[in-house]
Amino acid sequence: MSTETHTHAHHGGPRIYTANLFALLFLTIITVAAASFNFGAANVVIALAIASVKAILVGLFFMHLIWDKPVNAIILVAAFLFLGVFVMFDFLDVDSRVNFQPRNLAPMENATPAPDSMNPLKTAAPKPLEPAPAAPEEHK
Amino acid sequence: MSTTTTDVHSHDGGHGEHEHNPYHQHHFATMEQQFDTSKLGMWLFLATEILLFGGLFVGFGLMQHRYPREFIEAHEHLKQDLFGRPFPLYGAINTIVLLVSSWTMVMGVNAAQTDQKKKTVRYLVLTILLACVFLGIKYVEYQHKFHDGLLPGIFYAHQAEDLIKGTHGYATFFSFYFMMTGLHGIHVLVGIGLLGWLVMRARRGEFSKAYYTPVDLVGLYWHIVDMIWIYLFPLYYLIS
Repeated sequence: MSTETHTHAHHGGPRIYTANLFALLFLTIITVAAASFNFGAANVVIALAIASVKAILVGLFFMHLIWDKPVNAIILVAAFLFLGVFVMFDFLDVDSRVNFQPRNLAPMENATPAPDSMNPLKTAAPKPLEPAPAAPEEHK
Repeated sequence: MSTTTTDVHSHDGGHGEHEHNPYHQHHFATMEQQFDTSKLGMWLFLATEILLFGGLFVGFGLMQHRYPREFIEAHEHLKQDLFGRPFPLYGAINTIVLLVSSWTMVMGVNAAQTDQKKKTVRYLVLTILLACVFLGIKYVEYQHKFHDGLLPGIFYAHQAEDLIKGTHGYATFFSFYFMMTGLHGIHVLVGIGLLGWLVMRARRGEFSKAYYTPVDLVGLYWHIVDMIWIYLFPLYYLIS
C-alpha cells in the first residue's frame, strides 16, 4: 500500500445527508409544536431534549463522527461533559441560595428573606441596616 | 461529473498525484496523518467554541431562573403575528435556513471528496447564499427590536419604568439575546468569509479526493454554528 494513499473512505453519501436533513426539519416542527402546549416545568426539558437529538444527528452524520476516528467524538463529548460540570455547580449554587432557616429553630425575630440585589420585585425588600419594623414591606 | 478544471496535481507529470501531493507538508509522514492532525486541531477549536457559547447559555439559564416572569414576557417580543396567533416566524425560518445550509455544506464536502469540482463550487455558493438569507432575516429582526427600544443593557428603552422599579429582567433578557445571537451572527459572517475563500480555491481546482482538508474543516465549523443555533432557537424563541 502506498503511504500516500488517502484511506479516508467516505461512508456518508447524499442519500444519508438528505435523510438527515429531513429528520432535522421534522424535529424542528416537533419542537415548535411542543412549545405550543403547556407541560409546565417539563417544557424546557422537552425543548432541550429535542435540541440535543438534533445536535447528535448533526454531529453523527453532517460532521461525520459516526464514521470518524473516535478521538474527534471524544473531544466533543469531553467539551459537553465539562459544560455539564459547569452547569451542575452553577445550579447547585443557585438552588442553595434560599433563605436558610433550620426547621427545628423558632423563626428569628426580624427575619427577612435574603435580598435579591438584582431583582427586588422577586423577593422582599432588602433588609435595612437599622432594626426593621416587625413586618417587612412586601412589594409583590 | 468529469473534471473540467485544470488539475493542480498535473505538474507531477508521470509520477502520479499519490507519489507526492503538492499539499503534502514534509513534516507529516502521510497525507492521511496530515488530514487527521488538521481535523484534530479543528475539533479542539470547536471544543473551545462550545465552552464559549456554553458559558453564555449558563448565564442565560441563571438569569432566567432569577427573572422567570420577565423572561417569559420579554420573549413574546421575539414572536410575530401569524394568522392572529403569536409565532416565532423569523426564528423558525432562520432555523430552517440554517439546517438547509448545513445540508448544502455537507453536500459540498461530499462533492469535494468525490472529485466533483463543479458541484463543490455550486454547493459552497449555495451555502453562502443561505448564510446571507440568515443574516438578512436577522437584520430585519434586529431592526424591529431597535425600533421598539428593545436594546441590551442601559440602552433598553421599551418599558423604562421597569428599570426604575428596580427589575432588570427585560434589559437582561435583551442583553443576552443580543450578545448570544450577535456572537452567533459574527460566526455566520466569519463562515461566509471562509466559504468565499473555499469557493475561490475550489474554482481554481485546488481540491480533490486526495486533498480536501479545508472544505472538510470549514464544514465542521459551519455545522457547529448550526448546532449552536439548534440550542439558541428553542431557548430564546420557545420558552414558556
